[in-house]
Amino acid sequence: MYVAVKGGERAIDNAHAWLAEERRGDTDVPELSIAQIREQLALSVNRVMAEGSLYDPDLAALAIKQSRGDLIEAIFLIRAYRTTLPRFGTSRPVATAHMACDRRISATFKDLPGGQILGPTFDYTHRLLDFKLAAEGDAPPPAPQKGDAAPADVPHVTGFLNQEGLIEEAPADDTPPPDLTREPLELPAERALRLQALARGDEGFVLSMAYSTQRGYARNHAFVGELRIGAVAVEMDIPELGFAVEIGEITLTECETVNQFTGSKTQPPQFTRGYGLVFGQTERKAISMALVDRALRWEELGEDYTGAPAQDAEFVLYHADNIQATGFLEHIKLPHYVDFQSELELVRKLRRDVQDRADAAAAQHPEAAE
Amino acid sequence: MTDQPYNFAYLDEQTKRMIRRAILKGLAIPGYQVPFASREMPMPYGWGTGGVQVSAAVLTPSDRFKVIDQGADDTTNAVSIRNFFRRTAGIEVTTKTTDATVIQTRHRVPETALHAGQVLVYQVPIPEPLRFLEPRETETRKMHALEDYGLMHVKLYEDISRHGHIATAYAYPVKVEGRYVMDPSPIPKFDNPKVSDCPAIQLFGAGREQRIYALPPYTRVVSLDFEDHPFEASKADHPCGLCGAEDSYLDEVITDDAGGRMFVCSDTDFCETRQAAGHRGKDAA
Repeated sequence: MYVAVKGGERAIDNAHAWLAEERRGDTDVPELSIAQIREQLALSVNRVMAEGSLYDPDLAALAIKQSRGDLIEAIFLIRAYRTTLPRFGTSRPVATAHMACDRRISATFKDLPGGQILGPTFDYTHRLLDFKLAAEGDAPPPAPQKGDAAPADVPHVTGFLNQEGLIEEAPADDTPPPDLTREPLELPAERALRLQALARGDEGFVLSMAYSTQRGYARNHAFVGELRIGAVAVEMDIPELGFAVEIGEITLTECETVNQFTGSKTQPPQFTRGYGLVFGQTERKAISMALVDRALRWEELGEDYTGAPAQDAEFVLYHADNIQATGFLEHIKLPHYVDFQSELELVRKLRRDVQDRADAAAAQHPEAAE
Repeated sequence: MTDQPYNFAYLDEQTKRMIRRAILKGLAIPGYQVPFASREMPMPYGWGTGGVQVSAAVLTPSDRFKVIDQGADDTTNAVSIRNFFRRTAGIEVTTKTTDATVIQTRHRVPETALHAGQVLVYQVPIPEPLRFLEPRETETRKMHALEDYGLMHVKLYEDISRHGHIATAYAYPVKVEGRYVMDPSPIPKFDNPKVSDCPAIQLFGAGREQRIYALPPYTRVVSLDFEDHPFEASKADHPCGLCGAEDSYLDEVITDDAGGRMFVCSDTDFCETRQAAGHRGKDAA
């Protein structure tokens, strides 16, 4: 006798209980605290904040803990929380020119006003496992501090090129940017919207798109004009006060690329720009974003469309979001037996037709069957 | 009990208003895909976020809510969505098609005829019926605007010339009131006739793709076909093993490893109601 499968409800509860147990792991090992994740897995926290579009290191750390370190799952938790938050208003544009830089490098000039500041980078480390870290040890000795007190503003490299007119103008624009978390994405998408999508986009996807431009799919030969990481103030106009007050400070990574450009029908030869701006210390993402931004600008610069994926705004924007992608990908785990059943019927019918035709043909020409 | 930190049915009222506007526009232009600012929901994209947002926008505290997936109330994702609204809206839930005021569904139309006043909310993965013929949204929107559906007819014709049949078994395209070609969501084509001239309001939500479309009551919905190859709603050629129904859509269940199989109604409420009324199939206890 057959009894239809029941008990989906209990199965779900039990699965969740097992998941909670697995998340905690061996209880003889001390539990991770949110502060530990925030301080010691800061780059994971940064990625979750960037792609989750919510600047809150504690919540991002909580999401990482809850998701067992699955960063896309953590980003999903943050996104789902973020949509429920009320919006009080819009900040003033942050001024990265006033950034208190922890890191600031330029690949286009050996030295320049403001200097090259390496900052806390993996760049020149040798990727050798440090077994000392496996033993629980003391804190490392403090890094040497720079002598002078208040650092001055560090000017943007592209500003120097601009003085000679060698790089395209990027005039200030006070048009409120669109917001794809509040309006459906419609094409063609202007640059501000594309940048928002890229800033939230999956690091791996944006990296691969950028890499493809370096390998010749819409090559635009980018120099890192400048990469800077540091804290900027967030200011908001308070209507009751009539002036802006600082409501907090966030860490950003900004990348401006300087790209070769030989000129087109509409533009003289000059350098062009790609731009990346991401929450936290996330420089791989910021550089990738700048390269893809530049590739997507082919139309306004009068370049040829070569059919490269990184030039195709519809392709890039519709596939950059890892929360959309992972959801739709993983939904094929859900039951599809109704659709599969209808396909079964169809395939059986089509096979029957083929068999019938073969039988009929054999009956007409019996010698062919011998 | 309702979770206090969230608004009734999870979404804030501003968002609901935005979704209701899209629904109203959809009802005014049956079959037209209305872009809407889909929100991130606490369940993954592709798991019914469009349907959940539409349900959240239309539910009121006095509604009775039913959720089915593959026709069944007890499939895991149906359980999960039902629990979500029980928790965030505190509304009454039911498995009875006739008792429900709002029914959210994935991949099926209930067997029991719907009545006026009910709302059927479909979860839609890919709202664009032309998507697999033309991947670009910019192009397909143009094709709808120009009522340029030649590509679809060519595809159906090629199916017939190759296979002798239209090789689409589910998500079978329909034309709404002689204007828009619409994807009825991945329901088996067996369900297509039920979509037409239906007394209930039918709403379609695609969260990831940010589209809502709708059919007002008694809308004429015609499955695409040719005069010499008329549309045919097909199902497994068996009665239900449990309730003996001859006219319901069936799931094929493998019962052993020696090729044994049986066919049972995919609509669990329909099947249970018939069994309670004394109908018995050949495999019933």
